[in-house]
Amino acid sequence: MMAGSFLRAALLRSVVFVICATMLAPILIVMIVSFSGDGYLKFPPQTFSDQWYLRFLTNARWVGSLWNSLLIALMSCVVATAMGFLAAYAMVRGAFSMRKAVMALLLMPLIVPHVVTAIAIYFMSARFNLIGFKPWIALAHAVVALPVVLIILQSALKAVDPNLERAAMIFGCGRAGVFRRVILPLVTPSVVSALLFSFLISFDELVISLFLAGIRSETLPVRIWNSLMLEVEPTIAAVSTLLIAATCLALVIEWGMRRYQEHRFGAKA
Amino acid sequence: MPLGPLAKWLLLAPAVALLLVLFLTPVGWFISASLMELGSWQDIWDEVAAVMGTGVIVRSIINTNGISLAVTLLTLVIGYPVAYAMTRARGLTFTLILVCVVLPYFTSTIVRTYAWMVILGRNGIINQLLLGMGLVDEPLQLMYNRLGVLIGMTYVLLPYMVLTLFATMKSVDGRLLQAAAGMGARPMTIFTRVFFPLTFHGVMAGSLIVYILAMGFFITPALMGGPGDLMMAMLIEREVELSHNWPVAAIMTIILLVITLSLYAVYTRFSDSSEERLA
Repeated sequence: MMAGSFLRAALLRSVVFVICATMLAPILIVMIVSFSGDGYLKFPPQTFSDQWYLRFLTNARWVGSLWNSLLIALMSCVVATAMGFLAAYAMVRGAFSMRKAVMALLLMPLIVPHVVTAIAIYFMSARFNLIGFKPWIALAHAVVALPVVLIILQSALKAVDPNLERAAMIFGCGRAGVFRRVILPLVTPSVVSALLFSFLISFDELVISLFLAGIRSETLPVRIWNSLMLEVEPTIAAVSTLLIAATCLALVIEWGMRRYQEHRFGAKA
Repeated sequence: MPLGPLAKWLLLAPAVALLLVLFLTPVGWFISASLMELGSWQDIWDEVAAVMGTGVIVRSIINTNGISLAVTLLTLVIGYPVAYAMTRARGLTFTLILVCVVLPYFTSTIVRTYAWMVILGRNGIINQLLLGMGLVDEPLQLMYNRLGVLIGMTYVLLPYMVLTLFATMKSVDGRLLQAAAGMGARPMTIFTRVFFPLTFHGVMAGSLIVYILAMGFFITPALMGGPGDLMMAMLIEREVELSHNWPVAAIMTIILLVITLSLYAVYTRFSDSSEERLA
């Protein structure tokens, strides 16, 4: 009996270890390959260099696509977070008879395949000559980022005690004051999370950009896609490593914000 | 403070307007305008019948469901022990497992797909390794076939399964397991009679979400699949980009939407707080 449970635990541990290693390995391999000094993809690399990063940074088309991605993601995350915040507040504090229906609508872009959303927006955009127009692409990205923002902010706002808002109002604080002095400070970490995650969603989005970017606004993922169609070259490893670094940075900032907030208020906000 | 009805709708207005202008209208417009191109109801119906009788299209529907089912089962079998280990782990171990699940989850799909192309390619890492050790004489075909699609998609969708299962398993009351053990149940019995039934709705929710997302997959099968792995999303893209055949794309879209949305309706039944699980 004892030996059996010990064996089972050891077996589970090794299975989980192998799975976790396999989950992480592809990401680590890409990062290692990106520093390869060899002429082609070889693992482990025989020599190390920054040649693929230089090749990326000296190529106008790659750098241009990086700027396009940053610009679009920045616009998109601000729009998605602002709209999502207002909607989340309405969902949490408003009395709803059709809350489920509204929520189902707001979450729909997560369920509907991106190809469908992308082609539909493309169909419309082509008629209004909006292909390649960056604010338009940003809005399209905001559509798929909105559900995630909404989920994050809704659960954050649910945790804000309505009595705090009431108390502030009794002491003569207006709606705007309550918002600025009570609600916002309490949910700041979640607003930052929402901004970061919606930024990442837009920054990494491929399918919608593929249709809407045109030649003018090729984003980084679209550039990777076009390049992958031709060959699996190590420059993409360098670009991928930059994208992975951006993800890590976002996750670390998010984690840090939460730790800070817990420390400050002594509880999970 | 409770909000009045007007304030409530004013706050919702921007988000609803965004979805109306850039989601509902385009989808509705694309489908109706493309079908209208065909002419009368009779013509539309004839086209639907013709589409459903086309070998490539029928095969893509079968492929899509077959691949989605396989990926769902793979993520379930692989994800279940990981989610279970997460509920048991504390401190550093928990953080390490979480990083292994969450980092891929938030990494771009195209980057994750590229990573597997580096590993599985003809001159990829696995083939270099096997050739180097003399285990094979020529590179194995690990990609541009069904195997590549399954590996790539399972990798991309695994975090969804693990996080959904973890959310359910975390809420299982450990005292129930202790009670079962106290009354003499063996570990296997505790698992099959207590733990698994208690996590069953998580299994259903996770499986449905993975299946739904797999149905609409495009990037990974397009890059890692072969000619025999054409999925519905790829076919829709091809009809639009290459053949400019909007009516066929619209009909395929309707089929895809009907399947995914009805599965989503089932999904909402299995997860009372569907919103939180999706995040």
